[in-house]
Amino acid sequence: MSGYRPDGLDDVFTATVTDDNPAPAPVQVPSIGFTGWLRWAWRQLTSMRVALLLLMLLAVAAVPGTVWPQRAQSPEKVATYLVDHPTLGPWLDRLGFFGVYSSIWFSAVYLLLFVSLVGCILPRTAVHLRGVRGRPPRTPRRFGRFPAQGQGTADDEPHVVVERAAAVLRRGRLPFWPTYRVDTHDEGRGTWSVSAERGYLRETGNLVFHLALVGLLVSVATGQMLHYRGQAIVVQGRGFANAQVDYDTFEQGTAFRPSSLVPFTLRLDDFEARFDPDSLQSRDFTAHVTLTEPGSDPEARTIKVNHPLDAGGAKVYLQGNGYAPDITVRDKAGEVAYAGPVPFLPQDEVYTSRGVVKVPDVSGDQPQVGLIGFLLPTAQEVGENLYRSVNPQPDDPLLVLSVWSGNLGLDTGVPQNVYQLDESRLTQSVDAQGKPVTLYVRPGQTVDLPDDLGTLTFEGLPRYVALDLRHDPALPFVLVFALAAFAGLAASLFAPRRRLWLRAAPGDDDGPTVVTAAGLARGDDVGLQPELDRVLRATLGPTAADDIPDRTSDRTPDSTPDSTPDSTRESTP
Amino acid sequence: MNTGDLSTLLVWGAMTALTIALVAYAVDLAAIAERAQRKVPAKATASAGAAGRTATAVATPPGGTAAVGDGRSLRAEGIARTTTYVGIVLLLGAVVTRGLAAGRWPTANMYEFTVVGVLVATMVLAIVQRRRVIAFVGVLVLGIAVLALALGLLVFFVQADAVQPALQSYWLVLHVGVAITATGVFTVAFAASVLQVLQDVREVGPRPVGEAARRTDGLRRWVTGPRFGWLQQVPSARELEAQAFRLNAIGFVLWTFTLIGGAIWAEHAWGRYWGWDPKEVGTFVAWVVYAAYLHARTTRGWSGRKAAYFVFVGYAVVLANFSVVNLFVTGKHSYSGL
Ligand code: HEM
Repeated sequence: MSGYRPDGLDDVFTATVTDDNPAPAPVQVPSIGFTGWLRWAWRQLTSMRVALLLLMLLAVAAVPGTVWPQRAQSPEKVATYLVDHPTLGPWLDRLGFFGVYSSIWFSAVYLLLFVSLVGCILPRTAVHLRGVRGRPPRTPRRFGRFPAQGQGTADDEPHVVVERAAAVLRRGRLPFWPTYRVDTHDEGRGTWSVSAERGYLRETGNLVFHLALVGLLVSVATGQMLHYRGQAIVVQGRGFANAQVDYDTFEQGTAFRPSSLVPFTLRLDDFEARFDPDSLQSRDFTAHVTLTEPGSDPEARTIKVNHPLDAGGAKVYLQGNGYAPDITVRDKAGEVAYAGPVPFLPQDEVYTSRGVVKVPDVSGDQPQVGLIGFLLPTAQEVGENLYRSVNPQPDDPLLVLSVWSGNLGLDTGVPQNVYQLDESRLTQSVDAQGKPVTLYVRPGQTVDLPDDLGTLTFEGLPRYVALDLRHDPALPFVLVFALAAFAGLAASLFAPRRRLWLRAAPGDDDGPTVVTAAGLARGDDVGLQPELDRVLRATLGPTAADDIPDRTSDRTPDSTPDSTPDSTRESTP
Repeated sequence: MNTGDLSTLLVWGAMTALTIALVAYAVDLAAIAERAQRKVPAKATASAGAAGRTATAVATPPGGTAAVGDGRSLRAEGIARTTTYVGIVLLLGAVVTRGLAAGRWPTANMYEFTVVGVLVATMVLAIVQRRRVIAFVGVLVLGIAVLALALGLLVFFVQADAVQPALQSYWLVLHVGVAITATGVFTVAFAASVLQVLQDVREVGPRPVGEAARRTDGLRRWVTGPRFGWLQQVPSARELEAQAFRLNAIGFVLWTFTLIGGAIWAEHAWGRYWGWDPKEVGTFVAWVVYAAYLHARTTRGWSGRKAAYFVFVGYAVVLANFSVVNLFVTGKHSYSGL
């Protein structure tokens, strides 16, 4: 690939480098054969035009994920959609519209984009590395076509003027922070010139930005492979260990190492919830826990929303909370058939919670019992036997349950959802009039179950928290690359890249030395002309500065041809 | 009256001030247009081909208007500038009192987002117009600003209140604050880009008849016609493109920060830095479109007017990400408070 010029480099700025020795225009010789085709395809892929196309494709391809429900975020909505759209649904499913961000077409777009990026940025990096070691380009013969210009006169000899200008340029504005790289030239016949360049940081920033994007992608992918995530519901006074079996759901990356599961234990001591008394909106959730990491003493810690707990290389997040009514069920024989807290799922702002109690371990040949219903933390009677919750705090809790008996279906081998009752082999208890029986139970109360099934006691109302635990070893890398990309971007957009030239020639007939200057910037740069003026003024002194029009104070946009981003770029070969 | 009500009152006041500024800019624009229309006949012969224009010059400038060379109304510009400043001061007061009333940083729901966003947009406008007034940019930005405030007060409004635990974080200041600022900057940049395209169409003038030319002929004839004579007062397309780029570049860097900051916050609050939540997707799409804009600027054959089209798309995505995603799509970012 000799003579290959990375895309995006040819603009007015590089055009000057080749001002005096124009580089041969890249000629595309149609080569025949497989390698020729490969080379052609590669050039197409790494061209700016294709990068542009792929970027727009990426933007478009990301949209369907907000239009259709996504399996990764809300599988239940996808299921509903499939039921509602029996013809369209399966087709969308086949085409990956319910998993856009892991679909083949989405992956293809961003992978191609990143291949293009690497193919585009690596050659640019090579060019830049050579450029960083290079010298400022020679002073052009004519200054006429440059966007920033200035002139003045000086009484000193040309080479004195030029040395002074070089010193001004080398000094920079901040101490110990040289801005310009400076060369002086003896152009013969008493004429001297200085050429200066600054702003390698701009291109460096651009390259850092693009390469950091690659780093970001690699880190994210690595994290995906090594991560694990577990979810556990923990009732007040209870705990769990960081082991796969202790989680309600557990998910792991393809390269997950079991050794990354540090066996710490966590106990929920207390949970505080505060709500706004008027709007009933949540104001604060704090879980007080005891953390025991292997080899160290138990420690009291807190977990809050926005403040996860670091434990064993993983982070523990407070994702939800609710009530777990502590229930004891005794069977007909008076034996305890079930005892313990049952997490109910909050359905609304006032924590109307839905739950299921399954009682399989009954004695004798009594049927199994299933209870399904609601917990109202603060119950208010709104009609005859009609209650609703009016406050999320447990001021006057009430359990409202209906009763089923028969076979719970727990021994069929099919995993069951703990929050659902499989009613296919159960019958609901009804009263003498054939109406379903509803139990209303307050804490401390014991009620008889219908159909002589036994009794139920509502012992108390502990809270529970839903904890989400995640370990992603790539996290620091993701952060570092993201910040590097940000810094690189800022540098590449805001660091000015400028070239300045100043020429001092002997005046006619022993007149004062004639000084001319010109400047060029990469891209758009409002500061170019003021910079040139500053250098001229510093070089020629305040007396001669009268010659220099003060463009900084009364500048209007049309008096400064700031930059020529478009037309000049278009006109370069 | 409590502090929250005072804040709302200040927003109404600011909207009034900005509406006056909008009218003043419109008067300025009209004065320029009128002046330009009277000059059109001379120009029409110069640039032949743009025929079909009937210069219906209506004389009599508005009474007492101090008109300068290109028809600008200095008095209208003065009023516009002053009332914009008044609007900014009132909005600042509104934001501060709102924060006091809620007892937190006031960027937690759509109403507050709108008020702070308008504040940023008008401040950027004031800065951009400091040296040279471009009436059109004033009209466009203030038009969007007044509309946004009206929507905010009438549709998005919620009482000042504390926020749910998920929003209790300094990232509410950083992430949301920067997102709003970026939106404000993008708004002015968008106005500059619109103007750039209009000016470009006008500068390029009638093209040789061809398929592509005929398709856009309507727009071109309209823009080169007397109705858009005020474009003469406006800087050249190239300068506008430079201005738009500067603003878009600032907006883009801020947007990048929004994206990264949002990911860091999501990692703290939700236990994952990226989850393809609709809001995240919207932010990402807008970011990619603006990245495409920056690429287009440096791609041969795509710079100039074509690159500006990316700004239109990008700004539309930013607005949709704020409005449509908040109101009609369910996701984790349900902070509209509605
Ligand atoms: C993940 C995909 C990409 C993103 C998000 C991205 C983003 C950006 C951004 C934001 C800029 C503006 C910074 C500046 O102007 O200095 C930029 C500049 C640039 N990008 Fe990319 N880019 C991507 C891929 C590519 C690819 C595939 C190429 C090569 C074909 C490329 C080549 C360039 C070049 C040459 C510039 C500098 C333009 C100039 O000279 O000012 N980028 N990119």
